[in-house]
Amino acid sequence: MSGDIILIGLAGVLSSAAPIIFGVVGETISERAGVINLSMNGMILLTAMGGFAVSLATGSLILGFLAGAAIGALVALIVAFASITIKASQVAVGFVLALLCRDLSYFLGNPIMGEAGPRLPSASIPMLKDLPVIGALFFRQDLMTWLSFILILAAWFFIFRTRPGLVLRGIGEKPAAAYVRGANVNRLRYLYTVLGGAIAGLAGPIFSLSVKAGWKGTISGLDGIGWIVLAITIFGGWNPFKAAFGAYLFAFLQWLGLVLQPALPGLPSQVLQVAPFPLMILSLLLVNIGNAEWVELSLAHLPPRARRSISRLLRAMNATPPAALGTPFAKD
Amino acid sequence: MQVELRDIRKTYGPVKANAGISLRIPAASIQGILGENGAGKSTLMKILSGFILPDSGEIFLDGQAVSIRSPADSIRNGIGMLHQDPLDFPPMKLIDDFILGHPGALGLGKAAAAREFRALAEQFDFALEPEAWVDSLTVGERQQLEILRLLWLGARVLILDEPTTGISLPQKEKLFATLKRLAAEGMSILFVSHKLEDVEFLCDRAAVLRQGSLVGEARPPFDTRTLVEMMFGKEVPLAERRTTVRESGILQVRDVSLEGLRIQMRNVSFEVRAGEVIGLAGMEGSGQSTFLGACAGLSRPVEGSFCIEEQDMTGRSHHDYKKEGVAYLPAARLEEGLVPGLSLTEHFVLAEEKKGVFIDRRKARRLAQERIELYNIKGRPESTVESLSGGNQQRMLLALLRSPLSLILVEHPTRGLDIESTIYIWSKLKARCAEGTGIVFISADLDEILQYSDRVIVFFAGKVSPPLPASSLNVDRLGALIGGKLWEELESEVAHA
Ligand SMILES: Nc1ncnc2c1ncn2[C@@H]1O[C@H](COP(=O)(O)OP(=O)(O)OP(=O)(O)O)[C@@H](O)[C@H]1O
Ligand SMILES: [Mg+2]
Repeated sequence: MSGDIILIGLAGVLSSAAPIIFGVVGETISERAGVINLSMNGMILLTAMGGFAVSLATGSLILGFLAGAAIGALVALIVAFASITIKASQVAVGFVLALLCRDLSYFLGNPIMGEAGPRLPSASIPMLKDLPVIGALFFRQDLMTWLSFILILAAWFFIFRTRPGLVLRGIGEKPAAAYVRGANVNRLRYLYTVLGGAIAGLAGPIFSLSVKAGWKGTISGLDGIGWIVLAITIFGGWNPFKAAFGAYLFAFLQWLGLVLQPALPGLPSQVLQVAPFPLMILSLLLVNIGNAEWVELSLAHLPPRARRSISRLLRAMNATPPAALGTPFAKD
Repeated sequence: MQVELRDIRKTYGPVKANAGISLRIPAASIQGILGENGAGKSTLMKILSGFILPDSGEIFLDGQAVSIRSPADSIRNGIGMLHQDPLDFPPMKLIDDFILGHPGALGLGKAAAAREFRALAEQFDFALEPEAWVDSLTVGERQQLEILRLLWLGARVLILDEPTTGISLPQKEKLFATLKRLAAEGMSILFVSHKLEDVEFLCDRAAVLRQGSLVGEARPPFDTRTLVEMMFGKEVPLAERRTTVRESGILQVRDVSLEGLRIQMRNVSFEVRAGEVIGLAGMEGSGQSTFLGACAGLSRPVEGSFCIEEQDMTGRSHHDYKKEGVAYLPAARLEEGLVPGLSLTEHFVLAEEKKGVFIDRRKARRLAQERIELYNIKGRPESTVESLSGGNQQRMLLALLRSPLSLILVEHPTRGLDIESTIYIWSKLKARCAEGTGIVFISADLDEILQYSDRVIVFFAGKVSPPLPASSLNVDRLGALIGGKLWEELESEVAHA
């Protein structure tokens, strides 16, 4: 394989990870506020279909993306209303919505199946695109891939470097403590759940208007991505940088599967297509292994120096979830 | 700032938590709030701090009526509350916890905040490092952090709800010095406590609540007997000390070394005898909790052995310990000992030896009724555990213990309980001792340790003292030991013995 092909492949990894990044950052924001939006899988399908349909009908890419964000926000609003106002189980509501949205997207998307529609052009930057290596990797991407880079930085900066971001962390960690500091916990939870839904809602149109342009119903190959998004949110320890790393890892594994296929003719192609999923689960296990008691016990037999550095490493890798994740807040 | 509460009312279903309370607290003074468990103290304080809304009533600050409908309102009016279990953020850095909720620009302004943090900490002689993590602090230090934060927010009225239940003597002395100084500078302080000696030492006046009403006020010099009578509506006789130690051993700890995440203990050896009470003293996080857990088989020693009645239990599971008659009541009881959502009856059914699959409802209810009466629990068989007040949850846990037991391991048996409940709980524990059960308990309350233990083991940063006869200790000496002082003296004494 020549260097050029690898470069183009890696550039492809960056752009095909973009929708996952939008999904993961949206979910991270929502979960940081304490609300699990489990509808992700169905929601990505529905926004992919909806975004494509709107673009097709209006001929406008922007409207397509906006439609995706609006649908994402609406689904998130249902999750927020059910979990914050009615105090129903977030997991149950999210799961039902995940199934409902999926079926809805296949049903409503039937008429536009297979139609050729608009597609997001790549936005090469004149001089920079000719830079060696970096040019191919970064400066021949499309607008949404660009935005995905910015989103990672912006979300990280917001969560960890601003005052509202600090309050956001607070309401997911210990809502009662945030409340006594003057935060309007439930209003903020609504806000961030809906905002997270709108951001994640862009994931669908990025697929259907760019990465896997078009709407092909059940063979779109999008079913399952939402679950991976949820897993990567955990993998990323609710930190946009680490989550982005997870998203790129997943996209890289998928690409690797495609590249390796011709090299390993004996292997059924399904194996390589499915492989990224168990690999992600494996990495999740590795990241969180430090929590297990047996690990701690078996570490106890190592010499002190080695033990300390290993347990420090495990500790750095594993992140504890926002403590109030999934629990409603009531004052009394 | 002068604070006045006028006819505050709050009911929870049939319970009148506050039944029309009026109270005036002058500026620059410390007001004690006393009352038995469930008297309505926390409810009143939470109303003043905007955490809960009263059904009716008015609040005046410096003579002006104010509307306090949320914590945001109370902060704006200069009221700050230190809640009983610190409402802070354990996984954050001190500085982030400090800034959270403070108004300001979009950026965090960490450098400036850290400067002010250090200046304030220095002013009150608190050894807090802004870049440290909140979960590495002791309860006392977390209170200090909260106080600094409230002062930085500009609090002129400070409410402290049972601030001395989780902290050790040296920390308490520092807290009291701080409070006296703040009051001298013009702050009004409301101090809720079950400890009469704290109120007597600290407060300029005391108000006593009972069943949601203000039943009396007192000014120094306080008379303990009168205060107790106001609190409970009757005299509460103190139990006398009496020991039930027998010759036979229950738990043998031999040359045990333990390693927790932060703390290591080396070569601990002692024996708990039948009927004996051993108190474990130390600042929170000095190793006593890890140690107690190991005695229940929850973690393995790196070296050494645990035996129960001379039967080697080293490396066996917690379940095996239970079978040998060891009961373990950790600090986080509502999480680990009781199951929220289940009724009292269901708890008794769960705690009994299981025979068969089906539950005999009628029999279970009768059993529950019996135990509720025996243990004097204020609740009905069908009440859920979380609807019980703290004192009654504690009684419930005792009622769930099987009998006979060889060893009871308990953390903070009376944390947050009023005097009457404390005496009651210990009378039940002592009754177990009379049957030959050994008890090992952890407490942050030195008086409790000295009052009820036969021997005391002191923990300091992984150092573990040999068992010291309680009669050889007093509050000052014990306070010094848990603060890390007098250890050389102790070690040389042990070497000579
Ligand atoms: N959220 C609630 N729901 C139902 N009842 C409640 C609630 N909060 C308090 N109560 C009841 O109101 C009464 C007063 O409670 P409060 O917490 O004010 O007592 P307290 O004086 O602070 O007691 P303690 O010393 O145990 O802390 C109790 O009977 C309690 O059971
Ligand atoms: Mg209380």
